[in-house]
Amino acid sequence: MPLLEMKNITHRFEGLCAVANFNFQLTQGELVGIIGPNGAGKTTVFNLITGVYRATEGSIFFNGDELVGKTPHQITKMGVARTFQNIRLFKELTVLDNVRTAYFGEATYSPLEALLHMGRYRREETKITERALELLSVFQLDNAASELAKNLPYGLQRKLEIARALATNPQLLLLDEPAAGMNPNEIKQLMDFIGWIRKTFRLTIILIEHQMRLVMGICERLVVLDFGATIAQGLPAEIKSNPKVLEAYLGEEAAK
Amino acid sequence: MADFYKNILERWQNISTHRFFWPVFFAAGLAFSIVASAFDILDLYLQLILIYVGINIILTVSLNLVNGYMGEFSIGHAGFMAIGAYTASLLTVNVFPAGALNYLFPLAIIAGGVAASVIGLIVAIPSFKTRGDYLAIVTLAFGMIVKSGLENIEVIGGPRGFLGMSKLTTLPWVFFWTVLSVWIIRNLVYSKFGRGVLSIREDEIASDLMSVNTRQVKIIAFVVSSFFAGVAGGLFAHALQFINPRMFDIIKSTDILIMVYLGGIASIAGSIIGAVIYTILLEILRPLGIWRMVLMPLMLVLLMIYRPRGIMGMREARFFVPLRDLLAAKLWKQKNKEAPDASA
Amino acid sequence: MTYILQQILNALQLGSIYALIALGYTMVYGILTMINFAHGDLFMVGAFFCFLIAVYLQLPFLPTLMLTMFGVACLGVLIERMAYKPLRAAPRVSAIITALGVGLFLENFTLALSPYPKNIPPLLADKTWMIGSVTISSLQIIIIALSVSLMLILDFIVQRTKAGMAMRAISWDKTIVPLMGVPVNKIISLTFAIGTGLGGAAGMMYGLAYPVIDPYMGIMVGWKAFISAVVGGIGNVRGAMIGGFILGTVEILVAAFFPSTYRDFVAFTLLLILLIFRPYGILGRPSPQKV
Repeated sequence: MPLLEMKNITHRFEGLCAVANFNFQLTQGELVGIIGPNGAGKTTVFNLITGVYRATEGSIFFNGDELVGKTPHQITKMGVARTFQNIRLFKELTVLDNVRTAYFGEATYSPLEALLHMGRYRREETKITERALELLSVFQLDNAASELAKNLPYGLQRKLEIARALATNPQLLLLDEPAAGMNPNEIKQLMDFIGWIRKTFRLTIILIEHQMRLVMGICERLVVLDFGATIAQGLPAEIKSNPKVLEAYLGEEAAK
Repeated sequence: MADFYKNILERWQNISTHRFFWPVFFAAGLAFSIVASAFDILDLYLQLILIYVGINIILTVSLNLVNGYMGEFSIGHAGFMAIGAYTASLLTVNVFPAGALNYLFPLAIIAGGVAASVIGLIVAIPSFKTRGDYLAIVTLAFGMIVKSGLENIEVIGGPRGFLGMSKLTTLPWVFFWTVLSVWIIRNLVYSKFGRGVLSIREDEIASDLMSVNTRQVKIIAFVVSSFFAGVAGGLFAHALQFINPRMFDIIKSTDILIMVYLGGIASIAGSIIGAVIYTILLEILRPLGIWRMVLMPLMLVLLMIYRPRGIMGMREARFFVPLRDLLAAKLWKQKNKEAPDASA
Repeated sequence: MTYILQQILNALQLGSIYALIALGYTMVYGILTMINFAHGDLFMVGAFFCFLIAVYLQLPFLPTLMLTMFGVACLGVLIERMAYKPLRAAPRVSAIITALGVGLFLENFTLALSPYPKNIPPLLADKTWMIGSVTISSLQIIIIALSVSLMLILDFIVQRTKAGMAMRAISWDKTIVPLMGVPVNKIISLTFAIGTGLGGAAGMMYGLAYPVIDPYMGIMVGWKAFISAVVGGIGNVRGAMIGGFILGTVEILVAAFFPSTYRDFVAFTLLLILLIFRPYGILGRPSPQKV
């Protein structure tokens, strides 16, 4: 059974078709890239998977469970986590609290226990705090645990966002343009980093990216979107030489 | 000399973060307030001011939960207060036997809080869909509806108001409820629900995507906030022994807003500071007559221009922060030093 | 039937005053995304200006109107420059709180200077006509006609002039437009001047129609006008006009069929219901969330 299956997904905004009849399958452990020109509907696909938008038509199955109609936090709890194209950290919260917030779905204590700071609250909060710090130390962010997120340098903010997503304990991680604003050297590091978290946390990853170097370097399979429709799928090497893709996407870049 | 102050400050920090600080503070304060009101150590006027300070702290802390921590803009807090005030008063005047009032008073206050929180639950529902300005209007409209609703119910006196309450609100009771509300809201803030509340303020969509059940969190915030507004209303009614709908109009709500933003948003210490300063300043400036009401808003405007987040904005006094949170990062570092291979 | 026609006329009168005030809310919101909660009190100041001019200068109607509008507009710009401008970069809530503070200040300052309610002397010879059995007063006609023409002028300014284009541009985008050479500060001040000037005119007309004025008169009327702006879709000039007339009609209808004490109750309940089903107002558009 595929980990994620999107069947005939169509999504319209007031008549504008952002994603048209999109079909997609993902097996456990894969690292797939979604590429395409600006406005091709890539981020919309992420928003549909994570429940930010509700698909106009079609269904999405994750481990065999339907995702369409579920709220974002339910979907996150089922094991899908994501980052954002333009970093969306909780800026005025500390680095530690950014990560601890993401344990919301996991903590089981009730509101009453929280109001009285009793029972399961004490046990679980200690555990959550420890695990958050552990996660931060894996990302070498533990020294900045009490800094406000907005005071971190850009690169660390990107890292923190991934750490926060991993705190929800996902099987599937969606990375939305993780290399935005990075130089070639940093991209190289990011490639290693993505490979490493994939192995360490046993993740299946979908990646949206513009940086060809990154996509071609680490993705095992590519999906090319243009105007909301899939125009090609396959191995990076095949995509590179696909005339349709060259025309829609790479051609554009070559012309520059 | 500087060392001397630093020393004192450090000592205070050590004392105030001690695990027995809160229980001792609570017991001592309660004992003092009982003694003070029983043996007339404080004159009645001073006691009344302290009672108002307490009530205003409850109102400010509870509104800060929604406006400061959650970043919504509720302008209808006086409406919840009114519901609490009328519910508690109706119970003590018409329902409870006169002989047992002293024992049943807490029950009346709780009933006032519960009534207000039920309404708070209803106001929370529009907050699922709308935020910011539109939610502000919803709460405003709610406040207006409560006021003009009360004016149209003849049984409880209509616009003339309701009286007949005994003076049940005493200094010890106010102290008890004030500490309780501060403690419970502090507890809420430092829990997963509190982090949910804060993350909604920062970025609601990201919060939802990080597994925060935003609807549940909003309901909790509104219910707790309105519960304590109701409690404050009940205490207020039994301190003044007379209430009418006009006491709970938009001007009262504005008063509470001023205290929140004077003391500082998203800060418990700030709420207390704001409530204390505002209440006492209003008393001190009383000889100025109407000009005091001219001066206060002017001060608010200046404050907003030069210190827009209030005195304590977004910062917290250390003794309100639970030890776990205060020490988390420090303890972690120590642990790692002891076992350096644990993180490798 | 006559009764209903009579009430419709009353509704138009009240509605046009609400609409004039609502325009001020909506214009400022459109350009600064800030609710100017002091606006209702500027309306009150307008009524008091009118009172001062009518009593001490004893000018006729039109100069009084001009002077009132000018005075309130100056006050509006002054408030914008001194209290709101320093807060443009601050969190939005601080601007709202400041506005509440300015409003309180205006109320209490006026109260300190003039503790008793005042009567505005009649500036116009009041004539009444009977058409069928409906009574129309000259005052009613003037209020409605004047409001409608002020609104038409405003609509022209916003839609057709260069300054109006700049206003719409700023409300559309606040980062790019200043780079295009639009004098943002001037346009914002102009917006305040026009918005508060209209509020001042409304204050004067209200004072003529319901002659007793007091420093707190702006609170309730201000909130009602604000609701009108929201009902129409805040930030939308035409929406504010429609909202004003809707609220005026609703209030008059409620007062016609129920005890008049139910008026506020019904008005605000209707607002709540509307907000639940159409939170962005009648002419407003939902702003899509971006992820």
